[in-house]
Amino acid sequence: MFESLSQKLEAVFKKLRGEGKVTEANITETLREVRRVLLDADVNYKVAKDFIEKVQARAVGQEVLNSITPGQLIIKIIYDEMVKLLGESKAEIRTSNTPPTVILVAGLQGSGKTTFSAKLANFLKKKGSNPLLVAADVYRPAAIDQLMMLGKQLGIPVYVDREAGAVKIATDSIDFARKNIRDTVIIDTAGRLHVDEAMMQEVAAIKEKTSPHEILFVVDAMTGQDAVNTAKAFHDRLNFDGVVLTKLDGDSRGGAALSIRAVVQTPIKFIGVGEKLDALEPFHPDRIASRILGMGDIVTLVEKAQEQFDQVKAVKLEEKLRKSQFTLEDFLEQLHEVKKMGPLSQVLSMIPGANRIPNDVQVDDRALVRIEAMIQSMTKEERARPSMINGSRRRRIAVGSGTSVQEINRLLKQFEEMQKMMRRFSKGNMKKAMRGMRFPTG
Amino acid sequence: MALFDAWKKLKDGLSKTRDSLFGKVAQLVNSKSSIDADFLEKLEEILISADVGAGTTQTIIESIKKRVKQEGYESSGELTHLLKDELARVLQATGDAAPGALLLPEGPRPFVVMVVGVNGAGKTTTIGKLAYNYREAGYSVVVGAADTFRAAANEQLEIWAKRAGVEIIQQAHGADPGAVAFDAVSSAMAKKAEVVIIDTAGRLHTKTNLMEELKKIRRVLEKRLPGAPHEVLLVLDASTGQNALQQVKHFTEAVQVTGLVLTKLDGTAKGGIVLAISHDMQTPVKFVGVGEQIDDLQVFDRAAFVDALFEGTEIAT
Ligand SMILES: Nc1nc2c(ncn2[C@@H]2O[C@H](COP(=O)(O)OP(=O)(O)OP(=O)(O)O)[C@@H](O)[C@H]2O)c(=O)[nH]1
Ligand SMILES: Nc1nc2c(ncn2[C@@H]2O[C@H](COP(=O)(O)OP(=O)(O)OP(=O)(O)O)[C@@H](O)[C@H]2O)c(=O)[nH]1
Ligand SMILES: [Mg+2]
Ligand SMILES: [Mg+2]
Repeated sequence: MFESLSQKLEAVFKKLRGEGKVTEANITETLREVRRVLLDADVNYKVAKDFIEKVQARAVGQEVLNSITPGQLIIKIIYDEMVKLLGESKAEIRTSNTPPTVILVAGLQGSGKTTFSAKLANFLKKKGSNPLLVAADVYRPAAIDQLMMLGKQLGIPVYVDREAGAVKIATDSIDFARKNIRDTVIIDTAGRLHVDEAMMQEVAAIKEKTSPHEILFVVDAMTGQDAVNTAKAFHDRLNFDGVVLTKLDGDSRGGAALSIRAVVQTPIKFIGVGEKLDALEPFHPDRIASRILGMGDIVTLVEKAQEQFDQVKAVKLEEKLRKSQFTLEDFLEQLHEVKKMGPLSQVLSMIPGANRIPNDVQVDDRALVRIEAMIQSMTKEERARPSMINGSRRRRIAVGSGTSVQEINRLLKQFEEMQKMMRRFSKGNMKKAMRGMRFPTG
Repeated sequence: MALFDAWKKLKDGLSKTRDSLFGKVAQLVNSKSSIDADFLEKLEEILISADVGAGTTQTIIESIKKRVKQEGYESSGELTHLLKDELARVLQATGDAAPGALLLPEGPRPFVVMVVGVNGAGKTTTIGKLAYNYREAGYSVVVGAADTFRAAANEQLEIWAKRAGVEIIQQAHGADPGAVAFDAVSSAMAKKAEVVIIDTAGRLHTKTNLMEELKKIRRVLEKRLPGAPHEVLLVLDASTGQNALQQVKHFTEAVQVTGLVLTKLDGTAKGGIVLAISHDMQTPVKFVGVGEQIDDLQVFDRAAFVDALFEGTEIAT
């Protein structure tokens, strides 16, 4: 799935390559694919729609001077917007000046509340706190035993009252914590459906009686479209402070994260990445964004390419090309930059003017190496003035670079054509000129 | 009768789904006399929002467009019929469970059911409900607590076994799950019990070692009783999105899933993933979970499911 999505987008990019500006027309197809990517990642239908519209508004009209292709510029914008929407990385729990700090954990059935409560207790204990776990799920069979076992594994006390109801357990646990010098109280509640009025009233009552400093909503990362409904309903009722996304150790794409952030303005604080009690991590919006888009590699490459080919360099290069001062030396420098970025196959589509390479020409890393070797075997003068490279010089270069005279001939001929073509175009037509150029293929 | 009550609950549960999903369809249908792009877009939104998935939704919409073109459906009544028909057609790929599927098929005893799925999907709860329903149907039942990993998994199943009035076979926490499965079948064979239901630990389908463990449990069952397990149920949470497709794929590859249980349909999650699964794979949906009580389980019946979805809406039937 991962591969094919990248490929799909690549195919779209290919068509866009060489266009100098993001326009309504050239963005539409890309955004259609991106929409599909979002929906397949379980981003809510409406959230995906709004998101795409926002990206479109930001992208249209942008110059594609220094960035690579309009398609990739769009992806970069999408990625940045998504990271922004997902919010910051903030694995913090508000604490009370007068202990104990009260943390309430709530969510749907089976989302991972009990496991998370234990993980959080473990996390806080490691940071020097004295947490108390509170078994306030009086419904699920053996829920209390489950939390007790987890507490025992961690050496963290668990407040249990098998006679009382959930609200009383939660309330009493705070007194217990005070008396026993526990500075943090983590209340594990029963799983409940947001449409179960009686159960929602119960958790609201727990909130009212315990005045939690932090309320965390626990969601399964595999959740689909319904995530917006549940998150909103829980938020309306509890006004929770943070979201915990569990079971991210699987291959779900985690679009629910985006959906939830779109409907409630609270940060995602932690992610669960396993059943073990230390499988808790802070939330990183950039990682989830890559995961949702299913193409972290592309984003990284776009960024790398942008770093390498910054605006100044691009302008300089364009200037040189225009005045046809573009020498083999410059060409070599370009090759080096390309090589820095990784395998040619990945990089090729990202370099400005990569469209000079016709689709039917196979350029592989070995060809690059040969071209590099040929240029390196030339003197400084030869690189600046290729016209001086006569027959004997060609033989010398061929021997020096371990290539053949024919290959040298081909390189020089193609380079000459490149220069000639450049001369014919004014600045505004630069892209077209580049498109017409042939990359020596060694 | 437990099943009958559960059926009523399913309908109640589904009416929520219906109100939101098909209520919308109804509105849409009644406000339009012909099918236009606007209608199709709204239909797309309804289906995708129900977790049907973009691909399956596209397929359904294309079929509807094609049929409208060919057959000229125009009135809202006709359109309703067409919609139902298309949804049923997609579901048909699952193959229908026979009515009263809790009657065991003919064959050797004990009938061994292995229950698998990702973490927290509702396996153990479903086993409690299933055991109860089989017992109510007059069978003697043994449940095997082969989730020896999760904290208090034993205790949880023990409570369910007690509620259901069935026997439980278990070992200490951390024991070999294969050994528990073996014991459970052996015990059932010795006592001439008719049904054995094996609970397994929740696991994500991406965890190779845990999937290997599951395969081993299956192999142990096969070895102890040739022909077993007779049923391998994959439990899916109805709120699960597109990842459910991967779950069905990988669990089927590992342990040859024979049927699905769709749980937590009493929430607002639409369970539309069933359509996507039916579209992409041939695994039938066998049971539906509609609550946390012991009688909140229902045999999945495609026709009833589709009817229940439309029942009470403004869509003519
Ligand atoms: N793989 C994985 N499993 C998890 C994670 N978090 C929880 N689980 C598992 O998910 C299942 C449900 O977790 P619980 O903590 O019992 O969930 P809960 O929300 O307390 O469930 P209820 O109390 O029944 O509503 C268990 O099998 C856990 O081991 C996680 O981050 N990754
Ligand atoms: N509302 C509702 N809750 C359900 C349903 N089925 C199961 N649950 C709840 O979902 C939670 C998880 O159920 P379990 O049966 O423990 O799930 P599991 O798959 O055995 O979990 P692990 O063994 O930890 O992987 C519990 O709180 C159940 O009460 C259902 O049909 N509706
Ligand atoms: Mg719990
Ligand atoms: Mg279980």
